[in-house]
Amino acid sequence: MTVAVNPTQTGEPVFYLADEHPHPEGYSTSLGFWIYLMSDCLIFAMLFAAFGVLGANYAAGPAPKDLFDLDLVAVNTSMLLLSSITYGFAMLTMQQNKVAQTQMWLLITGLFGAAFIGIELTEFAHMIHEGATPQRSAFLSAFFTLVGTHGLHVSCGLIWLVTLMVQVWKFGLIEANRRRLMCLSMFWHFLDVVWIGVFTFVYLLGVLR
Amino acid sequence: MSPDLLKLIFGRLGIDSLPLHEPILVGTFAVVALGGVTLLAGLTYFRLWGYLWREWFTSVDHKRIGVMYMVLGIVMLLRGFADALMMRAQQAMAFGGSEGFLPAHHYDQVFTAHGVIMIFFVAMPLVTGLMNFVVPLQIGARDVSFPFLNNFSFWMTVGGAVLVMLSLFIGEFARTGWLAYPPLSNIGYSPDVGVDYYIWGLQVAGVGTTLSGINLICTIVKLRCPGMTMMRMPVFTWTSLCTNILIVASFPVLTVVLALLSLDRYVGTNFFTNDFGGSPMMYVNLIWIWGHPEVYILVLPAFGIFSEVTSTFSGKRLFGYTSMVYATVVITILSYLVWLHHFFTMGSGASVNSFFGITTMIISIPTGAKMFNWLFTMYRGRIRYELPMLWTIAFMLTFVIGGMTGVLLAVPPADFVLHNSLFLIAHFHNVIIGGVVFGAFAGINYWFPKAFGFRLDPFWGKCSFWFWVTGFYMAFMPLYVLGLMGVTRRLRVFDDPSLQIWFVIAAIGAGLVFLGILSMLMQFAVSFLKREQLKDVTGDPWDARTLEWATSSPPPDYNFAFTPVVHDNDAWWDMKKRGYQRPLTGFKPIHMPSSTGTGIILAGFATAMGFGLIWYMWWLAALSFIAMLAVGIGHTFNYHRDFDIPADDVIRTEDARTKLLAGAK
Amino acid sequence: MSTDTHAAGAHDHHHDDGHAHSTFSGYMLGFVLSVVLTAIPFWLVMSGTLPSKQITALVIMAFAVVQIVVHMIYFLHMNTKSENGWSMMALIFTIVMVVIALSGSLWVMNHLNSNMMPIHEMTGMK
Repeated sequence: MTVAVNPTQTGEPVFYLADEHPHPEGYSTSLGFWIYLMSDCLIFAMLFAAFGVLGANYAAGPAPKDLFDLDLVAVNTSMLLLSSITYGFAMLTMQQNKVAQTQMWLLITGLFGAAFIGIELTEFAHMIHEGATPQRSAFLSAFFTLVGTHGLHVSCGLIWLVTLMVQVWKFGLIEANRRRLMCLSMFWHFLDVVWIGVFTFVYLLGVLR
Repeated sequence: MSPDLLKLIFGRLGIDSLPLHEPILVGTFAVVALGGVTLLAGLTYFRLWGYLWREWFTSVDHKRIGVMYMVLGIVMLLRGFADALMMRAQQAMAFGGSEGFLPAHHYDQVFTAHGVIMIFFVAMPLVTGLMNFVVPLQIGARDVSFPFLNNFSFWMTVGGAVLVMLSLFIGEFARTGWLAYPPLSNIGYSPDVGVDYYIWGLQVAGVGTTLSGINLICTIVKLRCPGMTMMRMPVFTWTSLCTNILIVASFPVLTVVLALLSLDRYVGTNFFTNDFGGSPMMYVNLIWIWGHPEVYILVLPAFGIFSEVTSTFSGKRLFGYTSMVYATVVITILSYLVWLHHFFTMGSGASVNSFFGITTMIISIPTGAKMFNWLFTMYRGRIRYELPMLWTIAFMLTFVIGGMTGVLLAVPPADFVLHNSLFLIAHFHNVIIGGVVFGAFAGINYWFPKAFGFRLDPFWGKCSFWFWVTGFYMAFMPLYVLGLMGVTRRLRVFDDPSLQIWFVIAAIGAGLVFLGILSMLMQFAVSFLKREQLKDVTGDPWDARTLEWATSSPPPDYNFAFTPVVHDNDAWWDMKKRGYQRPLTGFKPIHMPSSTGTGIILAGFATAMGFGLIWYMWWLAALSFIAMLAVGIGHTFNYHRDFDIPADDVIRTEDARTKLLAGAK
Repeated sequence: MSTDTHAAGAHDHHHDDGHAHSTFSGYMLGFVLSVVLTAIPFWLVMSGTLPSKQITALVIMAFAVVQIVVHMIYFLHMNTKSENGWSMMALIFTIVMVVIALSGSLWVMNHLNSNMMPIHEMTGMK
């Protein structure tokens, strides 16, 4: 107990803190960001629901088997996994206060993330070229929206990453920047968790169907 | 200029988008424009712009933001109620070959706008405003967890309201009903801008609502003063916590549904279309996963208000605090398990319908428990019939009726008869007006002295109360009858002359409610003029029980000079009873967040982006988006967002209060 | 409930952070596990080793659940103590909501389709 809530020696109850310390800056940030991620999780859940309900409605168009290239998906998954561990290294070096190394790991994370986006865009372009556009069937609408929303999140993460690298470069690993890196870390790993759902339910189960 | 260039600049917007051919709208516009110009001129004449900008628009003070939410809610109530009057008048007139005064095209917009505005821009701001104002005070905090985000959330809500209001004079609003079911709301059947106004208005406001939900959860979880354990939180704080949990867990669903609908409309995907494998019923399913928790988002804080009011004005501790808390939590979870009762008739079959019918009936159990708790709190209490208590009693009577018709509707076979009938309309107005609106009014009358330092005038308050209550019963009881006779909702003209009398009674009821609203505005004006007589010097005009009454009315910027320490549920009551002495010395500087204009600027760009998307002005949408990104990122480069209120200022404020209190004795 | 009072105090923000405990070995263990847990489902589907599609589907879904838990623990550092348990509470609540909304939607829409689409059924029977 840091706070005297019990009666003092005189027996008078204490009704206010005569000597208080304000909450440190960012006192609520990690909880607040976590709750935001939970709300984002529900966004993805609804997209999964849409895919689950509409994902078999091919409308006489192409089915997952005709479209998905699991080799490519495997490569893409490994990009995201690698970016996760490199972000972990960035956090570890940040804890040791090594600015240059942190920046290096952030850069590598960003490159893996960019590679992920690049591969995903190639996949999309290829599908659209073959006539499997989002307008073709409810299955494809749901597929492009779900996977695209994940990709959009990763892209936002990349913009955020670059912003943070600039801020670390300008202001160093100050407390505020550490907190922000920690939030981005949560965001990045959260997207990884969503991707597990995507590759399992969309790609693997789709090909099985 | 070439048509191509015009199209590039203005998108779909042209001279013909302005409703110049509709006399009602032109008249409304003239009145609104005149009023607006007078207001702007007045603000300029009295040099209030700087004051408003510095002290209100850019303020991150939760009290100011709470008050601004209330103002937004009351202004939008006038618009939403004007729609209601028009509908009542139309339905009372359109008999025996008469077409009434509203053409179908206009009437359909009116009932859609009425629903959207009343839920999103009246009920939500009123509820959010009260939570914003009261919760930090009740838990002994100086502000919310994320003050800047709070300001931003408010302006996003305003942005959504602005888009909906713009649709009145530029283009048109949706003609689909307040939930915009496809395929009607899809591009093939609603090719004009109405549904786009609907989508972007709600998306912009929805961002604000979600963020303010996160903010208040964090505030309640992290910023409670020492001694205030979860089970010592005031009931209003508890219901606010549950409401905000519901907001965070349900508004993302609305975001997704509307995003999918806009993809259908803008990109041509096939989520909710009739062909290419789309399923319009999936929209109905998804939107009600948001929609049902939404009604609990509205009513839970009202339950909290009634709990505070009942125990204060009965002079007793709330009966069954623990059961009240558990009932709230149970309702929170159950509200997620009942969404299908809004579309029993969809055809999911007996097993699905009986599951959701039973869960719906189960919800009435915790709600009933709450009702008994309030009754037992009043039992053998010394009840003071002040305005907040009057609204509470009206609520208890009205809400029970609404609740019981709700249980009737929860029986799937009965629902097959009553679905989309006026019985349903009567039911949900019965619970929303009887619960949420009466709750908001109880809250306004209860906390007004805390916010402004003077009480509201009781005479005009009672006028408002009686007009509202009698008007409500006259307006909606006939609708139950009509619903049982098989009249469906949203009809514009009627053939059967025997129905007319009921619609006339309902219209008279709506007229009485109109008098109630006018009396309320009168009440505000009279109270302002008589503010010296109605002044609250003590900060505790009702002899109340919770912490917000421990500080002055209105509270200083920092709420509490010293963070309170709590030993009991009714913390302030406990302090009063045990001879708490207000500290007079030892003041220190207080750390507070600084005001910022970033929130209003960001929301302004978001609104402009919405407008661009609605009218296919792609350049405007793109530019606003980029601007939003730039301002947002730019804001993160500002690391100095706080300041200290110097000890001298605190001493001056507190000494002034000491003098006031001494004068009052 | 004394922990709640404690959280409202001022000095303790280092303790309820929970993110300060990440270690190199923790990250590496998580990474290796998730690589394995990713590789096996891909291999199962691409090679078609298991006898039936149903079994394969169930197995890869089980792998997905395990991998999500691994990510939660080793990358997101979830535990019951961070933020006085509020993070875990929020997570559990969200999982419940996700399960309700997902399974509910699938259930409702499947029943709808089987009840309301007789033509589709009949063409299926031919």
